[in-house]
Amino acid sequence: MLRVKKFMYVNRHAPHGTIYALEGLEVVLIGAAFDQDVSMAFIGDGVFQLKKGQDTTDSDIKNFSPTYRALGDYDVTQLYVERESLEERGLAIGDLMDLTWEDEEDDWAEKPSIRVVNRQELSDLLETQDVILNF
Amino acid sequence: MLHTVNKSPFETHSLETCLGLAKPGSDILLIEDGVYAATAGTTVSAMVEQTIESSSVYALAPDLKARGIDPDQVIAGIQLVGYDGFVKLSVMNETVQCWL
Repeated sequence: MLRVKKFMYVNRHAPHGTIYALEGLEVVLIGAAFDQDVSMAFIGDGVFQLKKGQDTTDSDIKNFSPTYRALGDYDVTQLYVERESLEERGLAIGDLMDLTWEDEEDDWAEKPSIRVVNRQELSDLLETQDVILNF
Repeated sequence: MLHTVNKSPFETHSLETCLGLAKPGSDILLIEDGVYAATAGTTVSAMVEQTIESSSVYALAPDLKARGIDPDQVIAGIQLVGYDGFVKLSVMNETVQCWL
């Protein structure tokens, strides 16, 4: 049997000004069907993708931010957010959406998907991956 | 002159270049990803606050809303406008420079 590979999707763009964030999210959801070990990293302007309260009703553009809530159901439960990127942008974890997943092995307990890590920890995580895809 | 900036200040130097070249008394309108520069407490907010002293800085409210930026997170002195305000600024100014 093929070994399960570690995939990390690195998100570096703000959500609405370019198509990177939406395209990246769709690739993650499609890729999740292949039973690999999938995680996501949010660095630089990528942290804006997780900002809570996004509302596009006045601007005629697609609001795909609720789709991040589906990640947990696709077993994408490790969302690493770089602390330095948040701080540079005047943000804290409380400004981000409350994304959770249900742990099958722990009586379906709801657990947070977002983990704030510092640059050094993220650097170490990148080193452990088999495949890294940037969006 | 009206200057519009549509890029995130954390990703390109569009805003910095614009603010460096805009004359005092200019109208500066932040749109699309440019509205991230309107947030208080960031690495670029001091630069924006300094500009407010000599020029008028605006941000497009629908673009702030789309990005989840609440009006009370916006730097004091930045004026929020809608699409009608965008049109008004474009008409009031002789020239418009779009910092793409």
